[in-house]
Amino acid sequence: MMQPERKRHGLVTRIWHWLNVVCVIVLFMSGLNISNAHRYLYWGNYGFEPADAWASVIRFPGWATIPGYYDLAAARDWHILMAWPFAFGLLVMWAAMLVSGHFWRDIRTTRREWKPAAIRRDIVQHLKLNFDHSSGQYNFLQKLAYGLVLGVFLPGMILTGLAISPGFEPSAPWLVDAFGGRQSARSIHFIFSWAIFAFFLVHVLLVILSGPIGQLRGMITGGTAGPEETP
Amino acid sequence: MNGSIGRRGVLSGMGLLFLGACSKVADTKIGGSMLDSAEKWHRKIHRSLSDRMALAREYTKADISPNFRGNGSRTVDTPEYAAAIETGFADWRLEVRGLVDHPMSLSLDNIRRLPQRTQITRHDCVEGWSAIGEWTGPQLSTILEAAGVQDSAKFVVFRCADTLAGSRYYESVDMVDAYHPQTIVAHALNGEPLPVKNGAPLRMRIERQLGYKHAKYLTAIELVDSLEDIGDGEGGYWEDRSGYQWYAGI
Repeated sequence: MMQPERKRHGLVTRIWHWLNVVCVIVLFMSGLNISNAHRYLYWGNYGFEPADAWASVIRFPGWATIPGYYDLAAARDWHILMAWPFAFGLLVMWAAMLVSGHFWRDIRTTRREWKPAAIRRDIVQHLKLNFDHSSGQYNFLQKLAYGLVLGVFLPGMILTGLAISPGFEPSAPWLVDAFGGRQSARSIHFIFSWAIFAFFLVHVLLVILSGPIGQLRGMITGGTAGPEETP
Repeated sequence: MNGSIGRRGVLSGMGLLFLGACSKVADTKIGGSMLDSAEKWHRKIHRSLSDRMALAREYTKADISPNFRGNGSRTVDTPEYAAAIETGFADWRLEVRGLVDHPMSLSLDNIRRLPQRTQITRHDCVEGWSAIGEWTGPQLSTILEAAGVQDSAKFVVFRCADTLAGSRYYESVDMVDAYHPQTIVAHALNGEPLPVKNGAPLRMRIERQLGYKHAKYLTAIELVDSLEDIGDGEGGYWEDRSGYQWYAGI
């Protein structure tokens, strides 16, 4: 596992990354179609009219939804289908990250990295578009972003999705309680989906700024972990 | 800059291809059956994770929502129904028929005299909203046992008085949900006779599934061995009309 010619991205990471891209895009866009069915969000267990709502959501246009027109049944079909590879893909990715040491070695942050001065230095480097952090190691902001997405937002989507399902609730009523009720779980599901979208935007932007060809090649072939290859 | 316009063009082109691909996939036989089997996997895993008779959450009186939204049909648009409202549904009959040893025709009085179950549950609409109410009525299992269900029966079809867009509403469940303790024929909401918008005088409660399964304005309970010859064969009004999932536990 610690061979010197380690690839920059492991095989499981690469397969999962692209499978997950497809899953997240279909889930997000079919989710926007489902949101159009009832454009109000609530806290607690119930809520059915604007007066109960903490947020009223815009109607998402056809170009942003799957299918490209309002069809709750078809959107739910897509959502329910892609939930499977999304959930099991993430499970396999986590198992692989823990077993191979990828998580402990590359993603887990150290206490030293949480010092304000170190964080400030990292932010300044990002703003200067200086991505030359040698040796292929992730910097603090990358660790934080990947950690949040892998550890909170992606699994959060699965857990809140399960909590919304009336047929799943009898197996784990505590899950619905943990989110503060079914409508709270639905609200968190919506908020997390936009957190993932925000990550997606920043992630794609940084890939474009840091040499998209090399980055894409790295996530397809694996690349090499040597410092000379760091884009 | 040329480069960035080109890139944007490529990206939006890829997006359009992707969307086109999605609708193509859904139209193919394999794509369609993948979408269908995803629904079955969810049903199987829901039922294998917990006891098949595991209860949906029951709430306390303090949790009841201030009113209970009526959705879909909010009344039945016939002179007979208007007349039935006037008489307090004194002549309303619930038929029990199909694959049973003793077909029955029950009045509201008959139904109120059966052993009752009262449950405060959350109603989740497929659209996303939820309401909490207290429902009272006999368990469907009590009625099925009295009627003597034949072994060949695989599904229970719920016949309704209301029409939506010109078609008669109906729904169906399999025997697991039919015999579930919380599956009741409700005649009361929050201690009062069912309001018209919520399905007076009788509606089903199928507590582990979404709202469209909870057939309102109930006129008959029919035991069948297959759903193929009922309606368009998909097991319910919305299933036939719009392709909603028959298993609505997701």
